Amino acid sequence: MCLAVPGKIETISDSPLITGKVNFGGIQKDVALVYVPGAKVGDYVIVHVGFAITLLNEKEAGRIFETLRQIKELEEGDS
Amino acid sequence: MKFIDEYREAGPIREMAAEIRKITTRSWTIMEVCGGQTHAIVKYGLDKMLPEKVSLSHGPGCPVCVTPSELIDKAIEIALSPGVIFCSFGDMLRVPGTKKDLLRAKGEGGDIRVVYSPLDALSLARKHPEKEIVFFAIGFETTAPAHAMAVYQASLERIKNFSILISHFLVPPAMEAILSSRDNRVQGFLAAGHVCAVMGYFEYEPIASRYRVPVVVTGFEPLDILQGVYLCIRQLEEGRAGVENQYLRAVLREGNIHARQMIEKVFEIVPGKWRGIGEILQSGLALRKEFARYDAEGRFGPARDEVRGVTESPDCISGLVLQGIRKPEECSSFGRSCTPDHPAGATMVSSEGACAAYYRYR
Ligand code: SF4
Repeated sequence: MCLAVPGKIETISDSPLITGKVNFGGIQKDVALVYVPGAKVGDYVIVHVGFAITLLNEKEAGRIFETLRQIKELEEGDS
Repeated sequence: MKFIDEYREAGPIREMAAEIRKITTRSWTIMEVCGGQTHAIVKYGLDKMLPEKVSLSHGPGCPVCVTPSELIDKAIEIALSPGVIFCSFGDMLRVPGTKKDLLRAKGEGGDIRVVYSPLDALSLARKHPEKEIVFFAIGFETTAPAHAMAVYQASLERIKNFSILISHFLVPPAMEAILSSRDNRVQGFLAAGHVCAVMGYFEYEPIASRYRVPVVVTGFEPLDILQGVYLCIRQLEEGRAGVENQYLRAVLREGNIHARQMIEKVFEIVPGKWRGIGEILQSGLALRKEFARYDAEGRFGPARDEVRGVTESPDCISGLVLQGIRKPEECSSFGRSCTPDHPAGATMVSSEGACAAYYRYR
């Protein structure tokens, strides 16, 4: 039950909480956006039991691949 | 899907595994705290990609698994009371209480509904003012903001026929309990990324330095988990013990302030009772006095206080599995008298329970 998954915000409205329609790979669900008040349509959020708990940071998303490249370069430099 | 597929590609996963092999010179035991990560590790066979010297031990981070059986008994009792609609997440239905599970109670006529969010239960309360709507609020810090908001919203709208049966757990005290145990073998932690998305990771800093264990905040995709392991081993090999954040795209050091404030407003920290493990100080949540009228145990009477600790069938070692001391295959019932269709212990029920993950993928 703890699986929280990323989805893309497609619409935002407020009634009675700030809510949005979020698309999870083709399936759309109503999600409470109260905890990510800065979120905009097009943003990706991690959703858990109907609540967005965090906004995904596009800039940081590729860092993992960059780090992997750096580690390898470092090693090539060593050898 | 963006933010998923790129972290599941075979190429980078292999490269990350190769990097782990290169830096590992000694034997290390690392615990992934969260059941979601256990599930991914077993599903993708990530543990098999690691050098033999590195072993992953599976932690207690599955709320379905650690909800005490007396609370399930209480849930069943409430669900069978007249005029009640009892709402729960789906995977709680098959967890054995001391006598039966919620599914059986449903068969016996209890109005039990599976909901996706506590807000669905709140909608039912608005729709059925003549009924008592009780929601089984189980979870860790990830779920707490949702439960807090449902209660807060109920109080704003003065909804009277809504209450929650709480089984809530906090991760950092459980990590400390594991580290202080005599049997502890854990040398480093992968902290649960989504718990940290809510709570941040500053709370782990004193733990890392007090117990000299590295803690790496880690995501849930295969590449995330392997990078978490890599960062953890790099610290161990270099003799460092700090908190690092692998899950940069989702986690800030301070977490989600809005969510934390709502948890703080609605809940207070109390001792927590973990199924299979026992009581851990400061590891549970209860409603604050202002919101106490939404506590189902207040309305329907408290859960019976069972003998603390293990209430499983005598052969079940799920308490040890939950603490990373034993592996599911070491249980004599595993796959024999205990299967996901006939679970003997909680770790066989939830897909995030270690026993269920091993049964399904091994
Ligand atoms: S396999 Fe079943 S009986 Fe054995 S520890 Fe796991 S849940 Fe308990």
